[in-house]
Amino acid sequence: MSDPVIEVSDVTRTFMISAGFMRGKKPLHAVNGITLDVERGEVLGIVGESGCGKTTLAKMMLGLLPPTSGTLRLDGKAVGSADRIEVARILQPIFQDPYSSLNPRKSIGDIIMLPLRVQNDPNPETWQSRAEAIMDLVGLPKRVINNFPNQLSGGQRQRVAIARALINRPKIVICDEPTSALDVSVQSQILNLLQDLRSEFNLTYVLISHNLAVVEHMATRVAVMYLGRIVEQADTETLFKSPRHPYTEALLGSVLTPVPGLGVPDTHLGAAYPNPIDPPSGCTFHPRCAKVMDHCSNQVPPTIGANGTMVECHLYADGLGQKAKGKKTRKGKRK
Amino acid sequence: MANVSLARAGIPTAEEILEPSPGAMLRRRIFGNIGLLFGAVVLLTIVFMALFAGVISPGDPYDQVLSRKLIPPIWHDGPKVTWEHPLGTDALGRDYLTRLFYGARISLFIGFAAMLISGVIGTTLGVLAGYFGGRVDMVVNFILTTRLSLPVVLVALAVVSLIGSSLTVVIWVLGLLIWDRFAVVMRSATQQIRNLEFVSAAQALGCSTPRIILSEIIPNIANHLIVVATLEMAHAILLEAALSFLGLGVQPPEPSWGLMVAEAKGLIFFDSWLIGIPGAAIFILVLSINLVGDGIRDVTAPENRN
Repeated sequence: MSDPVIEVSDVTRTFMISAGFMRGKKPLHAVNGITLDVERGEVLGIVGESGCGKTTLAKMMLGLLPPTSGTLRLDGKAVGSADRIEVARILQPIFQDPYSSLNPRKSIGDIIMLPLRVQNDPNPETWQSRAEAIMDLVGLPKRVINNFPNQLSGGQRQRVAIARALINRPKIVICDEPTSALDVSVQSQILNLLQDLRSEFNLTYVLISHNLAVVEHMATRVAVMYLGRIVEQADTETLFKSPRHPYTEALLGSVLTPVPGLGVPDTHLGAAYPNPIDPPSGCTFHPRCAKVMDHCSNQVPPTIGANGTMVECHLYADGLGQKAKGKKTRKGKRK
Repeated sequence: MANVSLARAGIPTAEEILEPSPGAMLRRRIFGNIGLLFGAVVLLTIVFMALFAGVISPGDPYDQVLSRKLIPPIWHDGPKVTWEHPLGTDALGRDYLTRLFYGARISLFIGFAAMLISGVIGTTLGVLAGYFGGRVDMVVNFILTTRLSLPVVLVALAVVSLIGSSLTVVIWVLGLLIWDRFAVVMRSATQQIRNLEFVSAAQALGCSTPRIILSEIIPNIANHLIVVATLEMAHAILLEAALSFLGLGVQPPEPSWGLMVAEAKGLIFFDSWLIGIPGAAIFILVLSINLVGDGIRDVTAPENRN
């Protein structure tokens, strides 16, 4: 089953951040040694809090940011060495904010046809009809082709962004929070549209989101990120049914329920997201972990598991006994 | 098919009624902007005066008739006032209206050419600095600081006394000295646009950097560019007037508005209209250019599109 279209191996991206006036610069590891494969045809959800490096990872996959170390391979070719145009043919992004992802000075038709123009498509006479076809597919009326982005609603704009991403038939689409800037009613339309297009075009999605409901609805496999690391990976059903990493548990526990009496769920996470310039020692999650053990603060947890199912936690370090114990505690806590 | 037959019959389709064409909406905004209309009418009048100075002016700008010197304009009372010289004559008996027309030519030409030169320099530097940031930005900022530390009039004075004064020299000196505002404004505008997602999207589409700058960045900073261009054109016209007034700009007997003010300064207490007329002309020209610039920005700003 292993047919990865994106292979991320041990990728790190470091930003030099000024630590304050006259204090020089300190490294911030936005992405810190991530290894991740995206299989052909799957929908990989990447979840995590703000600032955990989701978007940096996406930008590196798109070739917009070079990794500080490690390699990214796209369909077998290294992203850095390949031509930008070639990468663009395989991989396309859909961005978070449809209000800033469309050039306000260009008509919808120009925006959707831009990929064809950039790729120097050999049949310019077909551009118009192809743009109209894709607009039809994403549910945009033909008459908006001469309109400007600010004449459209948020949902329509996101449809334009999707049409632009898909007109050249890419293999992979990276959706960076594709619905978080939209109204709830429009969100589901866009998600369903993405689902339909996926089967229509045989697409592979990398879906970045902090909205767990979106990820559960869309993804086939989920990777959980914390402070630049992937702490757990599993297929969606397993991850949502029996999360292993305490952080995943806390994330799942943090989802607000529509039941009014329940109030805001207690995640045991505490308030503070650690300063990424100065991450905690050992397991970076230990200051907020509900099941912290003595050696968590000084030993980096091992990576357990492979082939798309893994967890990075001391709880599972010495075999099944610990794992069972971990599960028991969780159930006990939830009551 | 129904649409075709309706269009042939000259009947607008439902879509045309619901959504006015972009051209129609632009026209509506232009005619709703009084400042732009007023500025454009005045500016076009001055441009017309300049272009057709040879046809519409009553005399020759260099013809001196010493027997008819210092005739006041027609709204003054006096024995010498005559419709032959509606704005009177100067100290050498040259028709003032004619000189005003020909002077418009020089003011506009210098303003436009200097704005063009400084615009190309400043926009290039500013956009590059804003887009690439880092080292490029540092270098551009250094050049900019160096330029800002040069006093325009003193440098112009030095250059003119070194290589002599002529129209070309004035244009180049001004053009090479006043690009700072272009650079500053274009740099910050580019920085703003550069971080928007459509630039990332264009990069992810595989657009080349020149293409991104030309078709994604420049159109979005064009309204700032137009405003700065008009301000700088007005600035250049004022500077030319100042240089000519100091005797460093256009040389006599060429009719420049700044020079006309300079030539009349000895008579300020006796025939003040000699200064008032070219002074008012400079004021009106600069005002109309600024009005047009502001108006164009208002009309083309995307936030006004609905």
